[in-house]
Amino acid sequence: MVSRRLVIFGGVAAAGGLAVGYALMPFTTVDRAKGLIGKEGSTPLSAWVRIGTDNSVTVIVPHSEMGQGVHTSMPMMLAEELEADWSLVRMEQAPADMAFANGSLAREYLRGDMSIPSWMSGTAEFGSRKVAEMMNLQLTGGSTAVRMTGVRGMRMAGAAAKWMLVKAAAAAWGVPEGEIVAKQSKLTHASGKQATYGEMAAAAAAYDPPVDVPLKAKKDYTIVGQPVARFDIPGKVDGSAKYGIDVRLPNMSYAVIAASPVFGGKLKSVDEKPAMAMRGVKKVVKLPSAVAVVADNTWRAKEALAALSPQWDEGANANVSQASIFAAKEAALKKGDLTEDHATGNVDEALKGAKKVVEATYRVPFLAHATMEVVNCTAHLEGGKLQIWGGFQDGLGAKVRAAKEAGIPVDNVTLHHTAMGGGFGRRGGTLDYLDKAVAIARQVEGPVQVVFTREEDMTQDFYRHASMAKMRAALDDNGKVTAWLHTFTEKHDPPEALRVNYDFANQAARYASNTNPIPWGPWRSVDHTQQGFFIETFMDELAAAAGKDPFEFRRAHLTGAPRHKAALELVAQMANWSTPPEQGRARGIAIRDAFGTIVAQVAEVSVGTDGKARVHKVWSAVDPGEVVNPATFTAQIQGGAIYGLTAALYGEITIDKGRVVQQNFPDYEMVRMAQAPEHEVRFIESGARTGGAGEPGTAPISAAVGNAIYALTKKRIRELPFSKATLTATTGSGVANG
Amino acid sequence: MITINVNGTPQQVEAEEGMPLLWVIRDVLNMTGTKYGCGVGSCGACTVLIDGAATRSCSFPVGLAANKNITTIEGLKTGDNLHKVQQAWIEAQAPQCGFCQTGQIMTAVALLNEKPQPTDADIDAAMTNICRCGAYTQIRAAIHAAAKV
Repeated sequence: MVSRRLVIFGGVAAAGGLAVGYALMPFTTVDRAKGLIGKEGSTPLSAWVRIGTDNSVTVIVPHSEMGQGVHTSMPMMLAEELEADWSLVRMEQAPADMAFANGSLAREYLRGDMSIPSWMSGTAEFGSRKVAEMMNLQLTGGSTAVRMTGVRGMRMAGAAAKWMLVKAAAAAWGVPEGEIVAKQSKLTHASGKQATYGEMAAAAAAYDPPVDVPLKAKKDYTIVGQPVARFDIPGKVDGSAKYGIDVRLPNMSYAVIAASPVFGGKLKSVDEKPAMAMRGVKKVVKLPSAVAVVADNTWRAKEALAALSPQWDEGANANVSQASIFAAKEAALKKGDLTEDHATGNVDEALKGAKKVVEATYRVPFLAHATMEVVNCTAHLEGGKLQIWGGFQDGLGAKVRAAKEAGIPVDNVTLHHTAMGGGFGRRGGTLDYLDKAVAIARQVEGPVQVVFTREEDMTQDFYRHASMAKMRAALDDNGKVTAWLHTFTEKHDPPEALRVNYDFANQAARYASNTNPIPWGPWRSVDHTQQGFFIETFMDELAAAAGKDPFEFRRAHLTGAPRHKAALELVAQMANWSTPPEQGRARGIAIRDAFGTIVAQVAEVSVGTDGKARVHKVWSAVDPGEVVNPATFTAQIQGGAIYGLTAALYGEITIDKGRVVQQNFPDYEMVRMAQAPEHEVRFIESGARTGGAGEPGTAPISAAVGNAIYALTKKRIRELPFSKATLTATTGSGVANG
Repeated sequence: MITINVNGTPQQVEAEEGMPLLWVIRDVLNMTGTKYGCGVGSCGACTVLIDGAATRSCSFPVGLAANKNITTIEGLKTGDNLHKVQQAWIEAQAPQCGFCQTGQIMTAVALLNEKPQPTDADIDAAMTNICRCGAYTQIRAAIHAAAKV
């Protein structure tokens, strides 16, 4: 854990830049940033804020809005320290330019967590995962926006800007700085002198932002902590918000694409005639591993593509199946040649000498992202200049990648950010759709919008990997866990996904890698999705083996984790854990610490006449250290849980003959309104280092639901999704908590 | 040429009879508030009103829409005033990524026209649109709030 003060000084020493959060960049870059954001009638005070002569405050946000509210929470943090009048605050997304790279903030963040997150893996130029190379990122992912840019950048920028305004007013009025009050975008002095921020902005710009400025005390906050209305919502209810797929340009063509259905396959040949004979078709574009049809509208391109019969060289994966993948995982774990992730004590010895050993094997399938907006990208290559339009979690990474694909310098690429119809990891480093759009644009005159059909989106994704875990643990006579051995396949990140916060004296986690050839990509909460299920289901099995209540059993093992214990106790209280639920229902509990936020969850389920689990209610006790916007944070926890619940109940991508079986929503079902549980969220603002919002809610839900199913049916389901099992409730009511 | 009536304006469109209404709206008329989500009538992102009934335009041939009144999200406002459902959506801060929300709103408008005071069960039955962000709690709250206006 790095303290704020150390971070500021550390940043200065390492980067040689200005000392406040936003200024963890070289001096040269600051000037470039000023040039980019400077506009007629306004004075750029620093890289992240602009105060207009009309007294408006424009906050430049380097992150992409995916519905997580970042375009509002960032300005809230800045405006708080600036003492701005919120009604005058506007938001502008930073251009994809090096001046707005937030990699230095990421680096600072990583210094605390010692890992490089997955959302940057696969981004061009950064594949080697060297920390030094991360300066060039402009990332949105890993629940990092508030944690990095907000805490380190926005707050500092707001405070520094206020300091400069006060400095300018003091000089203009000939009074001490300490006598000037900055409030509601106004500067006042007891003598009666006053000025708006806008009036003082030009003078303030003459002062260099200070090395260190005091920040407000939390008790004085008037904006942060309030359920502030989001900037992006009005455009999303009247249809005016423009997503990538909504880009419309003069002379634009539409392309629909089909890649080799077998992963790694190549295009052998295709007879273009059937497509070219169809109305509106302009061109058939052949790529090494895909074919696309370009037409005057999306539907004609789609119909013409369906008329083609491309021949594929299916390559090495043509015989890969779900069964062969799981057999490989089983074999890898059996072989025992595993990499040790972490170990404490001596787990092998402790297991050997134990009287009572519990074992279980768990399986989870592949998962697709299925963002509501299918992946797409619009590209226009003309005279050595490339323009791209679309939603990207890392605009700079996308720009670099597009330049590479087009074979032109990065400075010849202009990226136009659009709204994003869901990201969940899909629009981060896995930029195949961008590559394809640029490759097609090279062969097309004028702008071309390349759209994946839903079928293409689902079968050409980068998937949450299928995984298998074998868990072993020992219990003593008092029901204490004396050994915990967690073995599994496929490790990505974050590192804490493998950790337990329980006080197990002897524990280890070991894994096997590369057990399948299916493309991997980060999927909301990344490894927490499967590890949360493995760890917290097994913990429940141990409670049952020890004859203990699952809540009390967990609590008894949280002796060294007071924040986790507090969250667990709060959720138990919220859910009325000690009082049985109504007839035919039962509750399950789970807790995870994901992306710096602790989430303790209880789920209440019943079993329907169809033998399927129905989740009625979820309670979450959440400790993110601090909450910037409780409304958006609550929505993120609820939405995160729905995303995880869809995976828990229905989510399964299966592989047959090297290709994905599921094509569209009817065979990759989603939680809809009728299946969505009521979900009560409460926060504990412990003051600990600020945690993420977007992903933590997803982490514990599958285990909480599975543990409730066990409590109700006495059937332990060790393979997701739960819909594959047919259930019968055995517990009417009463002691239904496991 | 097919003539369709969109948001009160007759429009002549050059399209095959079998072309789904969705693509006519989006790619021919360039009204992009109506979204493509699945193309098979499963997700509801493309919902429009046809003679007042919530209809999944991705699976509705434009030929069948001739001489019918089509309302898209762009036609929901009266002048500059948002429809009460849109207003309730803002107050509930319902959208997250927002991509499905125009379809959700159109479905909710049709529901409230038919059942001005819907129960939770009515909402469950009518609101089958997918929201991948999982904003269902806020959507339900917005529908109940709009029903009170």
